[in-house]
Amino acid sequence: MKQFYRVLPWLLLALFAVEIIVVLLPRKAGEFHTAEFGRLPVLLNGRIQPFDSVARNSLLQIRSTGDVPLEEVPGWKFWKHPPKLRSTEWLLEVMFRPAVADTRPIFLVHHPELISELRLTEMGVEKSGLRYYTFTELRPVMAEVAAQGRTARAAPDATRTTYQKQVLKLANALMLYQRLKNSIQPEGTTDFSALVKEFSDSLPAGLAAIRARRAGGTGDEAALDRFNAVAERLDLVATYAYPLVIPPVDPTQKDAWQNVGASVLSAIRDGDVPPAVAYFARMGTAYGAGHAAGFNQAIADYQQWLKSSFTSELAKGRAEYFYNRIKVFLHATIIYIAAFLLAGAALLTIGLSAPLSESLRRSAYYLIGLAFVVHTFGLVFRMMLEGRPPVTNLYSSAIFIGWGTCVLGLILERIYRIGLGSAVAGLVGFVTLLIAHNLALGGDTMEMLRAVLDTNFWLATHVVVITLGYAATFVAGALALAYVTLGVFTPVLARPAGQTTLGRVLAQMVYAIICFAMLFSFVGTVLGGIWADQSWGRFWGWDPKENGALMIVIWNALILHARLGGLVRERGLMNLAIFGNVVTAFSWFGTNMLGIGLHSYGFMDAAFRWLMLFNASQIFIIALGSLPLPAWRSFRALAPTGR
Amino acid sequence: MLDRLYDFFSSLKLTVALLALGLVLVFVGTVAQVNLGLYKAQNDFFRSFIVYWGPAWSSLRIPVFPGGYTIGWLLLMNLFAAHFRHYRPGQKKYGIILIHFGVVLLLVGQLLTDMFSTESLLHLRNGDTKNYSEASREFELAIVDTTAADSNQVVVISTHRLRKGGDIQHPALPFTVRVKTFFANSSLVQTATPGYQAVPTTTAFRTGLWWRELPHETEMEKRDMPSALVELHSAQGTVGTFLFSAFLTKPHAMTHAGRTYQLVVRQVRFYKPFSIHLVEFRHDRYPGTEIPKNFSSRVRLQRPDTGEDREVLIFMNNPLRYDGETYYQASFDTDDQGTVLQVVRNPSWLTPYFSCVLVGLGLIVQFTSHLVGFARKRSKV
Repeated sequence: MKQFYRVLPWLLLALFAVEIIVVLLPRKAGEFHTAEFGRLPVLLNGRIQPFDSVARNSLLQIRSTGDVPLEEVPGWKFWKHPPKLRSTEWLLEVMFRPAVADTRPIFLVHHPELISELRLTEMGVEKSGLRYYTFTELRPVMAEVAAQGRTARAAPDATRTTYQKQVLKLANALMLYQRLKNSIQPEGTTDFSALVKEFSDSLPAGLAAIRARRAGGTGDEAALDRFNAVAERLDLVATYAYPLVIPPVDPTQKDAWQNVGASVLSAIRDGDVPPAVAYFARMGTAYGAGHAAGFNQAIADYQQWLKSSFTSELAKGRAEYFYNRIKVFLHATIIYIAAFLLAGAALLTIGLSAPLSESLRRSAYYLIGLAFVVHTFGLVFRMMLEGRPPVTNLYSSAIFIGWGTCVLGLILERIYRIGLGSAVAGLVGFVTLLIAHNLALGGDTMEMLRAVLDTNFWLATHVVVITLGYAATFVAGALALAYVTLGVFTPVLARPAGQTTLGRVLAQMVYAIICFAMLFSFVGTVLGGIWADQSWGRFWGWDPKENGALMIVIWNALILHARLGGLVRERGLMNLAIFGNVVTAFSWFGTNMLGIGLHSYGFMDAAFRWLMLFNASQIFIIALGSLPLPAWRSFRALAPTGR
Repeated sequence: MLDRLYDFFSSLKLTVALLALGLVLVFVGTVAQVNLGLYKAQNDFFRSFIVYWGPAWSSLRIPVFPGGYTIGWLLLMNLFAAHFRHYRPGQKKYGIILIHFGVVLLLVGQLLTDMFSTESLLHLRNGDTKNYSEASREFELAIVDTTAADSNQVVVISTHRLRKGGDIQHPALPFTVRVKTFFANSSLVQTATPGYQAVPTTTAFRTGLWWRELPHETEMEKRDMPSALVELHSAQGTVGTFLFSAFLTKPHAMTHAGRTYQLVVRQVRFYKPFSIHLVEFRHDRYPGTEIPKNFSSRVRLQRPDTGEDREVLIFMNNPLRYDGETYYQASFDTDDQGTVLQVVRNPSWLTPYFSCVLVGLGLIVQFTSHLVGFARKRSKV
């Protein structure tokens, strides 16, 4: 048994490490080299990204998932992995086999009123209470959705009802889907190469006819009609195409990417259709007709062509594809939750069996170590893709808070070795990555930064420091949560830890972390003020986000003074630290929900519900923490002595 | 009694209570911005001694909470009293002292900023040259002597002086300015409207206007628009009674005693010993999007008295600091052909930098000493 306890942590570590390694291994290519297509660079949202990111972010906006499952498995059968269409495969279908794509259940509609309003009750696929519809099913109600969407869009943000927001989301999803369909070739084209050839062939005579007309004569009517017919179809692509897929003709004009339609039509002016168009035409035609060899060859030829002057774009596409594929934060999330459960079990089994508890604690510690490696890898990879410091938006702040917590938890565990550091790192790491996952549903998380934020110096100093301040305040709060729950419901806090009790040790930890939080939140806040002074000429403007940061500083200062003045003891300190969670959550999320000020990134009412729920839970635990000593299982024995 | 007062002001309980009040104030003041707007919420909650509340249906104003100034001053007093009371010679509390000194510096610096900093705007179209910036809220009555071909002689009368009324004389003016009526905030209309009175001007210039006084404007995006009824008279008798108003931006031109004048109510100007010429304003967007990538103004700075002549690029996060003033890229014209620079003169702009270093150092010193003590205790164990 002893042997087993010694090996268990290493076994668990190996298990999770092997999983990560398997994920990192290259995947075998199928008949169609769809992965290679997914790696091709395009320009969207002002940045170079691979087709796969276009596909994934679109799917997240339409379906709230990154892939399309081909059959629905009940949620509780988590071990079953149904066959699925990966993001790029789905995008290829949408662009080149639209008739098939129209039958995929991808449109998420979950507002019951909207479902009945659109008479969709009998249709769609249901999974875990969510309903997904195919484009074919929605086609009859498209005009209605679009009309209602227009009304909803006209209403000011703050006054939109949930119903209107859902309509708007569906209208946007339908619009996005149709834009994707027309992103390379006009929908319904079977031979795009032929269409482009037809355009090139009809161009000279067509142009001659137009010129003749302008000169006042009568041009060749037939030639003009022939040219107009094909130009109109291409104009559809020029108008609706979503990503810009054709690289600049002049490689020194790095930003001059065009969509396929505009690119072909540019031949009216320049005389020649840019060469990249032909490759895409070959890919599309081959994929639509099911010719794997032709498709693969066209991609290979295009990659070869790109190598001449677009090597960095090619590399960016490959790197981001890899990043999308390995889903590094998903794996980190799984490790965090496993570590949290193990650390919790370690704390609860202290009295039962010390060797078992120690083995579990060690397992949790090792897993947090692994999670740290995985999380750091993801964080650094993202920074390199963006060429930015770690925090640039709300999404990345969640990732970074999780990372900061993980570091603090590891340090605490290294010093105290009682499992609490791992438990906190596991819990906060899990929750923050879950929050990040939900924030990612809004679309691209690597969007370009508006002019005022476009400064790596301040992003690297103010934003990083203040975010670490958030992380530290959350760690103190989480430790305090552990103190109250363990203290009230278990006898664990009274157990000896070194010369003192576990409860005492926890109090020391919370105090140390609050000092750390004070330092980071103060310096971070003042740095923010200095940034504001640099960009607007005022140090402090009482903007909501500034005030939120100030509130964290005030609250940490209050805790430190209250402790110094003897106004609170151990339990009081814990309750104050838990309230720190509420203050920090307001600063992090609540201030954005006010929808005002320079820092507001958009109003999120689903998140608002969660925030209120979180606050309520914290208040509840503070109430628990205010129970008299005899109600605490850990301190019952001490109560009569009047401590 | 005095002892008890001293105990009260130097107690940590007061610190904690004030910090708690501060937290509530900041929270309420932040949420209130949704309805009141930033400017009004800031004045009501943070730049005030007392926060008032009144039911919507009455003008009753009940003091309900200490304002930002009250809490700030009390915290300062508390801080000094506590340091004085707990100070022991030879005690090594450098960390605490550094922290609190930094905080005091920060608060005092902000107070000085509130009192002494001035903000103005410099609006330039591509190709424009100006040697002054303009206040965005305050106006003045300018009497410009344009007789000389190469330069103008300007006499300005502040709204503050106009408000006092009476006769205004200046050695450079051959006439006296008599303020008959002055409205600090006003509304003008061109037709008879209930609530408005006809403006009794005596000259052909700007007749047929009606006006009324308005209360002081507190909203962020709006400002007071002053109007004044002014009579000019010289030794020979009256020249006429004129209406001047922030609404009427076209100057009134007149000739008097052989000199030509232009009179106008305009935004207060801050003249500089140098001129700024806008070479080019740029508003770049990320390719394929409307997301602004940068706003930048390439300006040429020319100073005759020193012969200085150079080009400067001002963009977001990169202001021009010159002659005690800072020029920030603040806004731009909708057609992207002009720029608005914010001009700030703030003598105490460096205090946050020092304060940040002091407090940061202090916190590190303080917590390291805790940590060292703690580690010693542990190693002894």
